[in-house]
Amino acid sequence: MNNTVKLHYIVDGEDFTRAGEASADVKKNLRKLGVPPDVIRKVAIALYEGEINMVIHANGGVIDVEVSPECISMALKDQGKGIEDVEKAMQEGYSTAPDEVRSLGFGAGMGLPNMKKYTDSMKIESTVGVGTNVYMTVSIS
Amino acid sequence: MNVLEVAKELSLSVVVPGEGAAREIKGIYCCDLLSIVMGRAKADDAWITVMSNINAVAVAVLADVSCIILSEGMEFDEACKERAEMEGVCVLSSDLPTFELSRKIDLLLNLS
Repeated sequence: MNNTVKLHYIVDGEDFTRAGEASADVKKNLRKLGVPPDVIRKVAIALYEGEINMVIHANGGVIDVEVSPECISMALKDQGKGIEDVEKAMQEGYSTAPDEVRSLGFGAGMGLPNMKKYTDSMKIESTVGVGTNVYMTVSIS
Repeated sequence: MNVLEVAKELSLSVVVPGEGAAREIKGIYCCDLLSIVMGRAKADDAWITVMSNINAVAVAVLADVSCIILSEGMEFDEACKERAEMEGVCVLSSDLPTFELSRKIDLLLNLS
């Protein structure tokens, strides 16, 4: 794998049943590129949590993934309502998800903590009323 | 022993065989909250849950568990089965509660 591979996805904000399609596709692509399984698992989990967040809180968004020989970089951008208190949102168990989402098994307040746990770097830029950008990288080593 | 052999041994129903013949159970993880499963289940675990909606299939794929086992007589609808088939996820089911199921699997495979 010599070149950088770029992948782009639009996440549908309406449909919970389709959440995870981008992550599953990234997973397939990384497999084809010969990325180690433990790295793929980290990327897939972090991305899926991001996708779910976009569906729950932001009515969808876009995901860009860049795969280089050294690392996988992910940028998740939405134009949702933004995160009021990022520090609080990063705490395990803190959630603002509605009850209908909880009944589907989400909204445990583990999304952002899981994203941090499974990535080597993570940065959140969020403005209330404007949207949220999340940047994550996972090293291939 | 692959997942389908475990199912046969313990009389679990095979809802979707998926890649069950090619996967082994190396641990057991029991939980119904999907984000907790994503964060804490290990690859190749058998994931026992009552959460029978379509997102469970996505979680199983991404967390790379060896199978989903629906406990307490929970059932997958057709859309869930189709998604599991498409993704190669092995889905088993049983009327037993989660604890009894995990105990039986542990006794058979001596995992803990």
